Amino acid sequence: MRIELAQVTQLKTEAKGEQTERLLIILSKGTMDMAAPAFMIATTGATMGKEVHMFFTFWGMNAINKKTVNSMKVASVGNPGVPMPNILGMIPGMTAMVTRMMNGKAKKAKMPSIPDMIKMAKDLGVKLHACSTTMEMMGTTKDLLIPEVDDVVGAATMLSLGEGGQIIFI
Amino acid sequence: MSTVEQHKVVDSRGSFCPGPITDLFKAYRSSQLGDVIELLATDPAAKADVTAWAQKSGNQLLDIVDEQGYTRIIVKITKKRS
Repeated sequence: MRIELAQVTQLKTEAKGEQTERLLIILSKGTMDMAAPAFMIATTGATMGKEVHMFFTFWGMNAINKKTVNSMKVASVGNPGVPMPNILGMIPGMTAMVTRMMNGKAKKAKMPSIPDMIKMAKDLGVKLHACSTTMEMMGTTKDLLIPEVDDVVGAATMLSLGEGGQIIFI
Repeated sequence: MSTVEQHKVVDSRGSFCPGPITDLFKAYRSSQLGDVIELLATDPAAKADVTAWAQKSGNQLLDIVDEQGYTRIIVKITKKRS
């Protein structure tokens, strides 16, 4: 499947006299507990006046895929942070249960949902970039991505977006 | 151009990071130089976060007042980003 590379959003920091600090967050994991901190940091970075870019690669694409963005899960297997014996995580339905538990906790703490976090981040000027290789590999096309995605880029573009700034890999 | 300085109260009580700072930022976006924003927060991280934000954005932290069960953080807008 061929991917049409969208016009790359302006790479250069707009010259405003002073150099804007940059923050690049690379999200490579596709669970709610990975995506939420990524968006929280992005949003906060934007309020601190940083130019914030998010690059979604591998399972991180779940956060910008129309099909999965509303139903991101929390892993019950291979996640020793979950307060139960890890072997129980293999039982069918456990992922759903752990996800429900975490969503409940998030709601209680008035934490916004992932789609709401995306809207907030966009409102503050955060740029969302999808990884072209992952799209090719997974057979994802641009129309399957949420409209908030700015463009589809490669690693070189991604690195240039973070050049001289802070880079966080999740 | 309006020169009347405003005093806005932003109630972020009950929301946690990054809630208070984004609420503050939204108020900051619609404010003018000289305005004072008073942020009410229950998140214990808000004090340090707003202090860091003010320092970073060049705005002035006027006061942090501990009230019963929440904190009032008062910021004066002294720098606006274009």
